[in-house]
Amino acid sequence: MSKTIVSIMNVEKMYGENHVVKNMNMNIAEGEFLTLLGPSGCGKTTTLRMISGFEMPTAGAIKVQGESVEKKEPYQRDVNTVFQNYALFPNMNVYDNVAYGLKVKKVPKKEIHERVMEALRMVQLEGFEKRRITQMSGGQKQRVAIARAIINRPKVLLLDEPLGALDLKLRKQMQIELKRLQKKLGITFIYVTHDQEEALTMSDRIAIINEGRIEQIDTPVEIYKHPKTKFVANFIGETNLLDAVVLEVNGDTAVIGTEVGKAMVQLDPKDKIAVNDGLAVSVRPEHMKFSKTPVDGFTIKGIVKENIFVGNLIKMMINLNDGTEIRVNRFDASDLSEPGELVYLYWDLPKGVVIKEKELIHTDSVKDIEGGDPDEEE
Amino acid sequence: MKKSEKSKRAKLANLIMQAPLAVWMIAFVLAPFALLAFMSFMTKGPLGIIQYKPTIANYKEMFNPVYATVIKQSLVVAVWTTILTVLMGYPLASFIAKVKAKTSSLLTVLLMLPLWVSGLVVLYSFVILLNSSGVINSFLMSIHLIKEPLELLYNNFAIIVGMIYMFLPFAVLPMYSSIEKLDPGLIEASKDLGAGPVKTFFKVTLPLTSPGIFAAVILTFIPCIGYYMVTDMLGGGTSLMIGNLIYRQFTVSRDWPFGAALSMVLALIIFLMVFIYTKLGGDLDDLGA
Repeated sequence: MSKTIVSIMNVEKMYGENHVVKNMNMNIAEGEFLTLLGPSGCGKTTTLRMISGFEMPTAGAIKVQGESVEKKEPYQRDVNTVFQNYALFPNMNVYDNVAYGLKVKKVPKKEIHERVMEALRMVQLEGFEKRRITQMSGGQKQRVAIARAIINRPKVLLLDEPLGALDLKLRKQMQIELKRLQKKLGITFIYVTHDQEEALTMSDRIAIINEGRIEQIDTPVEIYKHPKTKFVANFIGETNLLDAVVLEVNGDTAVIGTEVGKAMVQLDPKDKIAVNDGLAVSVRPEHMKFSKTPVDGFTIKGIVKENIFVGNLIKMMINLNDGTEIRVNRFDASDLSEPGELVYLYWDLPKGVVIKEKELIHTDSVKDIEGGDPDEEE
Repeated sequence: MKKSEKSKRAKLANLIMQAPLAVWMIAFVLAPFALLAFMSFMTKGPLGIIQYKPTIANYKEMFNPVYATVIKQSLVVAVWTTILTVLMGYPLASFIAKVKAKTSSLLTVLLMLPLWVSGLVVLYSFVILLNSSGVINSFLMSIHLIKEPLELLYNNFAIIVGMIYMFLPFAVLPMYSSIEKLDPGLIEASKDLGAGPVKTFFKVTLPLTSPGIFAAVILTFIPCIGYYMVTDMLGGGTSLMIGNLIYRQFTVSRDWPFGAALSMVLALIIFLMVFIYTKLGGDLDDLGA
């Protein structure tokens, strides 16, 4: 990866008693599209506001281009922001809004004109110069906000849920346009959103934040395929999570016991998993398989509850005997089990992602449990 | 059929509910105003009797240099009061808008406190404060800062101080409401784009809070130009304003037609200012209308 442009080092943020950002460390590369993704209140916007200078870290340091920014006021920083609610100046027309950053820097009029026109062309708003902000639609306001932020040619552009207020169709369109614009300008984008699909579509890397901590920072594919924590597995896409304890380790595979039966997983030697360790297995609905006859190594059984047709696929809901609902996506309608039928669940070993977390469950309670009999429920 | 009956009844109910206010407005606002307008075109008879002979002499009379001085004096006092009130009130309003909700409501109450005290009492206390042997002068002399007492009372200075005291709360409230409505995101956006605090204030904050400032101007200038109590008590009868002049026409001079004509001119100035205010995009609700 190319050189680091923003580094966040041991940053903490407290609001009184409220610990909003906890020991955050992150390096963002030049030209990168990095998304801060997390549920609302997780500290992602606070992180962004510390980079822009509207909030001060309680501890730690933030560097932009190797330079500590703590002592710089927001108006002295080489970053610009696209605000969540656009924050366009209602007393100015489109042209004056976009020109604002250059006007306050006393750039010659002729150059301002050229650069405003260029910025408006870039967001496809030529001919809208004289429009009042109140006459613009949501999508158009969004474009003005982007044009206004990129006209200063910042090193880093911060975007705080910029598409949050747009309808779904427009949002999808703007996602693609933003990504295209970012590539064209070569500016580093730091993008805040709570929409995981948006994050997956646009980002080079995603930092998943939960309760003020970075849970995982990786490429979208890596995050989807190899979530490192249960939170990440749950937050990105749909998944089936099973808590388990390791019963046996045989080289690079292990037998695990869950509340509802035994299963097998593949181990990564780096995880150094030993017998009696607690872990969780994440299996995506498209990777969860079932069979009407028992499968070697797996004793998890369930009753098919429902098959839901959603167009390109069929979503199956399978109930385990402890009440857990397992979701299975099938793309082939001819290969289903009917509701009420007993099925054995299994997965191809590489598709069961092991998440190592300590003290998930008490080891004693699961060790001797066999598959149980889901039939008794009915 | 049923529907139209229903709407008829709703209309009737509406009418009944609005009637008391309408009667009040007609009896005590519109009718007196019409009477005043009518009177302003009549002739003053001997002993202050009104003679019903139409004339425009009352309006012509205003161009008499004596009265022109009064009008000029009124404008000088009103303009200065307005400028100073707004200049002092704006920082106060923005301070009240910035503090926590609890503190801001406490400050608002404190701001309104002088309005609960009779204006007469307030103005007497100014006499005590400002007169040549008053609190301020005796203090300054006791610390030997001055040898002779300063002339603080019975001049324009005293009048303007009194006027500011009277109208500051009315000026602060509309400015407070427009500063409070200002989206803090816009200030951040301005700073984000590289504008320092001063540029941000003049390019964003000030233009966007100008309706509040204009409302404050209206709410200070209009009552100020017609207010006669302050001039009477702190001006020592040496200077007259339109308000005093009108008051005298109806009392001492017993020239009601001329008083009516002056009132019409004053009303016209007020209408004109409100008209300009609404033309500039001002909201009548912000004036308490």
